[in-house]
Amino acid sequence: MADETRSQAGKDGADRQPAAGVAGSAAPAAKREAGKKSAAPAKAPAAAAKPRPKPKPKAPPEPPKAPEDQAPPDGMEIPAMVAALQNGVSGAVLKVSFWVGDWTVIVAPDRLLDVMRFLRDDAATAFDYCSDVTAADWPPREKRFDVVYCLYSTRLRQRIRVKVRVGEEDPVESVTGLWPAADWLEREVFDQFGVNIVNHPNLRRILMPEQWQGHPQRKDYPLEGPGELLMENPQDWLRVRNLPDEAGPGPAADGEIE
Amino acid sequence: MMDTVVVPLLKIAVLLNAVLVAVTFLVLMERKVIAWAQSRLGPMRVGPYGILQAIADPIKLILKEDITPARADKYVFTLAPIMSLVPALVVFSVVPFGPDPFYYVSDINVGLLFVISVTSIGVYGIILGGWASNSKYPLLASLRASAQLISYEIAVTMTLVSVILTTGTLSLVGIVEAQREGGLWFAFVQPVALMLVFIGGLAETNRAPFDLPEAETELTGGFHTEYSGMRFSLFFLAEYANMIVISAVVVIMFFGGWLAPFPNVPALSFLGLVPAWIWFIGKIFLFLYVFIWIRATLPRYRYDQLMGLGWKVLIPIAIGNLVVTGILKVAL
Amino acid sequence: MTLEAPRTSATQFDTDELVINMGPQHPSTHGVLRVVLKLDGERVIDADCVIGYIHRGIEKLSENRDWTQIILLTDRMDYVAAATNNLGYCQTVEKLMQIEVPRRARYIRTVLAELQRIASHCLWLGTHAMDIGAMTVLLYAFREREFVLDLFEEFCGARLTYNAMRIGGLPLDIPPGWDRKVLSFCDLMEGKLNDYETLLTNNRIWLKRTRGVGVIGGDEAIGLGLCGPPLRGSGVPRDVRKDEPYAAYDELEFNVPLGTRGDTYDRYLIRMDEFRESIRLIRQAVEGIPEGPIMGKVPRLIKPPAGETYHAIESPKGELGYFIVSDGKSTNPYRFRVRPPSFCNLQGLKRLVTGHLVADVVALIGTIDIVLGEVDR
Repeated sequence: MADETRSQAGKDGADRQPAAGVAGSAAPAAKREAGKKSAAPAKAPAAAAKPRPKPKPKAPPEPPKAPEDQAPPDGMEIPAMVAALQNGVSGAVLKVSFWVGDWTVIVAPDRLLDVMRFLRDDAATAFDYCSDVTAADWPPREKRFDVVYCLYSTRLRQRIRVKVRVGEEDPVESVTGLWPAADWLEREVFDQFGVNIVNHPNLRRILMPEQWQGHPQRKDYPLEGPGELLMENPQDWLRVRNLPDEAGPGPAADGEIE
Repeated sequence: MMDTVVVPLLKIAVLLNAVLVAVTFLVLMERKVIAWAQSRLGPMRVGPYGILQAIADPIKLILKEDITPARADKYVFTLAPIMSLVPALVVFSVVPFGPDPFYYVSDINVGLLFVISVTSIGVYGIILGGWASNSKYPLLASLRASAQLISYEIAVTMTLVSVILTTGTLSLVGIVEAQREGGLWFAFVQPVALMLVFIGGLAETNRAPFDLPEAETELTGGFHTEYSGMRFSLFFLAEYANMIVISAVVVIMFFGGWLAPFPNVPALSFLGLVPAWIWFIGKIFLFLYVFIWIRATLPRYRYDQLMGLGWKVLIPIAIGNLVVTGILKVAL
Repeated sequence: MTLEAPRTSATQFDTDELVINMGPQHPSTHGVLRVVLKLDGERVIDADCVIGYIHRGIEKLSENRDWTQIILLTDRMDYVAAATNNLGYCQTVEKLMQIEVPRRARYIRTVLAELQRIASHCLWLGTHAMDIGAMTVLLYAFREREFVLDLFEEFCGARLTYNAMRIGGLPLDIPPGWDRKVLSFCDLMEGKLNDYETLLTNNRIWLKRTRGVGVIGGDEAIGLGLCGPPLRGSGVPRDVRKDEPYAAYDELEFNVPLGTRGDTYDRYLIRMDEFRESIRLIRQAVEGIPEGPIMGKVPRLIKPPAGETYHAIESPKGELGYFIVSDGKSTNPYRFRVRPPSFCNLQGLKRLVTGHLVADVVALIGTIDIVLGEVDR
């Protein structure tokens, strides 16, 4: 989780400071060589003599769980739109959910286009307006993304949410052909989450610069890092950061970086 | 020697300075009038009621860095504002500020033709400026400007011909004299022509609602986007000098130039006591006020609509007016 | 600009399209919008919007702030209609927690939202008219907007980013005498609206510039996801206030102005009518503010149960939706998503400008009324 990344980075820095002090007194030359940017001990012999205390391995916090798709309470009548969908595209609807007044259908990813076309064209559903396309990221889950489509019918004045669960590589068919409105919205989902949307006419980043690496709305995206490097290249930074200590200077050791 | 060289040179020096000073105060006037129209105060900081703003503005412009874009055509880029300003100033050599030769530099017998031809040179400044900047917005603007100026030139010239038909002279002094002798300003003889010349004049000076070549909200300033400092202010001076020229032409052609109004009403004969040149300048400023007033009120035309107005409305009316004037002239 | 294009023969010009960058620094793109226009002469044959210049990651930020702090961030999205953003967010959380908002708070919220609509429309009118060249309207409209800002300042102490609402109600009751001031502002505004209309509605140049520009039919507008006045301008009776009433809108009377032609002029007329409808709503709401508390029963620690919801309101720009997921454990939302109306409307720009002239591009950017703070978030 993102919060956790931050706290860990801070801890690393705090742990390393005293170690650097010990090393610095014995090997000033080595420290000078290491340069301003990385004040961490650069394999000084003194440091080898007194190994710095290893940070205690922390128990990984329990990853947040996605809310259950609450089934409608017993005795509640399934609305006509959902019933029509269940009959019209049989087998595609995995689950029907109701929560605080909103109806959601969870759909098999490979049947998404059929469902969407039905929802748009059928008289009982008539969802002609695509309000929103978005996603949520639940990292430890194998199908980590919930891609959510909020549909509205301007004729029947009803709303429904359609949700598909996909993994990082799983293709999600673009619904741009059904609603041109989904164009930018899907681009944003691609940009921010890296959901693999296929058959989109113009799949480019939209909010982030073209050359950006990584997808900021993912939960494992680092929340902070060494300034410029993070701006240009968060993946590289992540790689550097995860290297073992001996291989290179830890990035969070310098006060400047904070 | 005295009469042929020294006096005209003195006159030219005085006139040139007067025009430039008038232009700076015209800018102030525009800012003030628009501010009042928009329920605000306008410049108030420099001098009492911001009067010295007229001096502060040029000083600021002169002191600013004068940038030539790296990929611009340097000579043409420098030449363009000069080409724009010089014709606007040259025109004043034939503008009569009063009845005596003392009040004008020269009275040539093709004065009106001179005015028309010299002012049309000014458009080269805009075209070259836009072209030499080597930038897209100025290029678009200069294309707009050339199309606009050429088409409105036709309408205005055609209309002026009908006034010439009435007077039989091209001399500006002669035209005013004709109005004095007739006892009637041509505004009442040729009202259609007045409207045409005024609208065409707005278009020719790139003033709202025809300020397409410098449409700030579309072309980010138009042909002078890449200009700064003094060269920019030369374009600025040229535009305002042209406004004065058009006002002067309208006043001379249609509102009796330096003549006092109501010469035949005995009760108002005291109006004749006011010097002629004050009447002339007063009338010019009245029209300048109308220019500014229009700018504060109207939205801007679109390029194709402007061309449509020029070719489909103004030019046919101008031709019709010319024909009717000709027939009446022959018949009466 | 390639001027040395090779010519195939002496008589035949090799014509090329002119690609022109409108923005991100341009006086009439209303912020840092960049439109890459492909021009044939002055006619637009293709347009591509490049956005994201002020992307601040408000969604991501919100996922790391607690539920109350987010209200502050919503101010920064559509910064000319901050109160509406607050309202939409607070209502979404209230829906997620099933909090009942007291009637008094709902009425005051309605007044604030409608005042905000007037302020936002004033800004739209001024800039739209300015883009088309009518510079005086800008100053007039901003003059009246000041009055709204004064009212907001008196209510919550801020003039732009109000932070004016809380989950479950309002932070403050209205100051004494405020309601009377609102009513007198309504009277003033009605007169000023006539001024604006005198300058524009029957102005021939204004008609020429807006009639038949950017025409879009109802079905196409729905498909493109347009919302708010651009959608209603095409004759689609869609207004979240009517269709899915919130706050006090179900208890108040108002009309939804609709256009017929779907052009820029209709969208202009609709917004002018919306001014009047807003005034009407404010009058009813101010007179109907009931006595009672301004905060509902809200737990000290706001922590909605696990679940997700989408809730939309009608912001001045269109349908402003919030999709919020709570994992039920942490004190911040797990997923915070805004459906920005400007973003969805801006998407239609390409369709609207294609085939029109450069001068119409600025008119059309004005008519869809975007705020880049909301587009980019």
